[in-house]
Amino acid sequence: MGVIELLAQVIPPALFFSAPLIFTALGGVFSERSGVVNIGLEGLMVMGAFVGIVFNLTFADVLGPWTPWVSILVAMVVSAIFSVIHAVAAVSFRADQVVSGVAINFLALGLGIFLTKQFYGKGQTDMVTQPFYTTDIWFLSDIPFLGPIFFEGIYVISYISIILALVCWYIMYKTPFGLRLRAVGEHPMAADTNGISVTKMRYVAVIISGAFGGLGGSVFALTIALNFSHATIVGQGFMALAAVIFGKWHPLGAMGAALFFGFAQSLSVIGAGIPLLADVPQVFLLIAPYVLTILALAGFIGRSEAPRANGEPYIKGSR
Amino acid sequence: MTSNKMFNILVPVISVLIGLLSGAVIMLGFGYNPIEGYAALWEGAFGDMYFVGETVRQVTPYILTGLAVAFAFRTGLFNIGAEGQVIVGWLAAIWVGITFDLPMYIHLPFAVIVAALAGAIWGFIPGLLKARLGVHEVIVTIMLNYVALYSSNALIRSVLSDNQDKTDKIAATASLSSEWLQNLTFFSRMHYGILIAVFAAIIMWFLIERTSIGYELKSVGYNQHASKYAGMNVQRNIILAMVISGAFAGLAGAMEGLGTYGNMSVSSGFTNLGFDGIAVALLGANTAIGVILAAFLFGALKVGALNMPTEAGVPNELVDIIIALIIFFVASSYIIRWVLLRLKKGEK
Repeated sequence: MGVIELLAQVIPPALFFSAPLIFTALGGVFSERSGVVNIGLEGLMVMGAFVGIVFNLTFADVLGPWTPWVSILVAMVVSAIFSVIHAVAAVSFRADQVVSGVAINFLALGLGIFLTKQFYGKGQTDMVTQPFYTTDIWFLSDIPFLGPIFFEGIYVISYISIILALVCWYIMYKTPFGLRLRAVGEHPMAADTNGISVTKMRYVAVIISGAFGGLGGSVFALTIALNFSHATIVGQGFMALAAVIFGKWHPLGAMGAALFFGFAQSLSVIGAGIPLLADVPQVFLLIAPYVLTILALAGFIGRSEAPRANGEPYIKGSR
Repeated sequence: MTSNKMFNILVPVISVLIGLLSGAVIMLGFGYNPIEGYAALWEGAFGDMYFVGETVRQVTPYILTGLAVAFAFRTGLFNIGAEGQVIVGWLAAIWVGITFDLPMYIHLPFAVIVAALAGAIWGFIPGLLKARLGVHEVIVTIMLNYVALYSSNALIRSVLSDNQDKTDKIAATASLSSEWLQNLTFFSRMHYGILIAVFAAIIMWFLIERTSIGYELKSVGYNQHASKYAGMNVQRNIILAMVISGAFAGLAGAMEGLGTYGNMSVSSGFTNLGFDGIAVALLGANTAIGVILAAFLFGALKVGALNMPTEAGVPNELVDIIIALIIFFVASSYIIRWVLLRLKKGEK
């Protein structure tokens, strides 16, 4: 097997496993950079997956091939609204942010299954009829060598996630909004004295993380899972959170970490078809991403420093 | 300051009440009868001895995972890895249970201790990495959950059974189940593990409140730098906290392995005991007695919920929503305090 065939076999699945993680991790970066710990990413993904699937099932006949695109937008909006709960608790009620994040996770799953049973009378939905499909990207797939590897049989949404990571980097590091966001997460009191509303910035950041988490969850549901049940989102949100920390709270770092996780996860799926990996017992491929992450964190990534005010409610006037 | 103590008890109680009330509102909103719903829940948790036995069975591992999470919290660590520690504890207990041939008074304690050790080792890894290299314990424990899940599945298939999806039953000499308890509770799966769980809670209380080890652990939880300045070995305390936390979770695995199921099956997903343990610890304010009470509440809610679909037509996930709301209100205790203070002022 030639190198190109091998890469063409490895890279598209790696990209498509990564996309949901990239979206969600970017959401996590926004929230945590503003100083709000977001363990609730898992729950936000669950909500996104639930809304994405339900909307898709309901409107597939009306919207046709546009259904998945509209579905992920609706999932974004609903998850953004849902994340306001976390924002209210973490910012206004001065809740322990880890705790309210855990509550978000429980709530999303409970609500999702409860409503699924209400709507469909059973614990899981039917398969969607209008999921995302792979395509060859026009023109780019004709490029020799690179075309077959990167642009054939691929989900467009994978590239959107990478572009979004670049956009997020730009927003966070090149705009006044991004500067304020980071200031609020590092030193809220200094930001406050400069006239930046800590409360407002943190609300905005958490809501953005809700939208991105919902996007990630719905993309996962409409590319990989294709239905909603209690087993649709099992730990992807936590993986995204790991990507945030792994990527040192930087949008591009988080994207890189998410790509790495996606690549490692895809290995256990396609491993049987790759000569070198075919003889490895499957369990090693299954645990590889997690073990590698731990080793990477312990070895060459080094100490990860969170934004300084991460997890601390800001109380005006306190020192 | 006396009112502060009162708040500490009032806040969880109020949170539970608001949670249950919200559950009633949700039932009303979806056209169910909340009284019927809660009656079915009560019936399913305490209706007769069978249900009581099942509730106690569910409470047993909840106490232990709750203690595990609470113990780590006390030292300022967040152990999301109780889930993985439960799995390795369960696996270790089963391994001892089916491999060895010993008299009961050695076999059973041996199996329980090995399970606790397995959990402790699984807690030692994130503890070590956190203490020596500053790696975030949340991310390591999350990763180790998956490692535990997939490796135990592989071990069940290849080592503990002959390519089967579940192991053999453990030897009777390693079992916690008792005919007496089963007869008493109309053949529920209740077992002696509850005694171990309560004993573990007493150990945690004693360790935290009455020993210098516990004092150091708490001190590190409050302020690492001050503790270091006072001459405490911060690294050792972090590792110790994770090891003990892991041991508690490992015991929870032993309860499932030696008590409830008597074997272990290949599983595609988590047991959720570890994640529910987070909720238990939070509602129990990370104290031993609080954890026991919270475990009883959540155990009763979870077991009772199974009766809701058949008797009242309410999906049992309603209870998950209620639990989530309870945690949410516990977390937002600031606002409950604020309202209570306002009400008090109004009286004057």
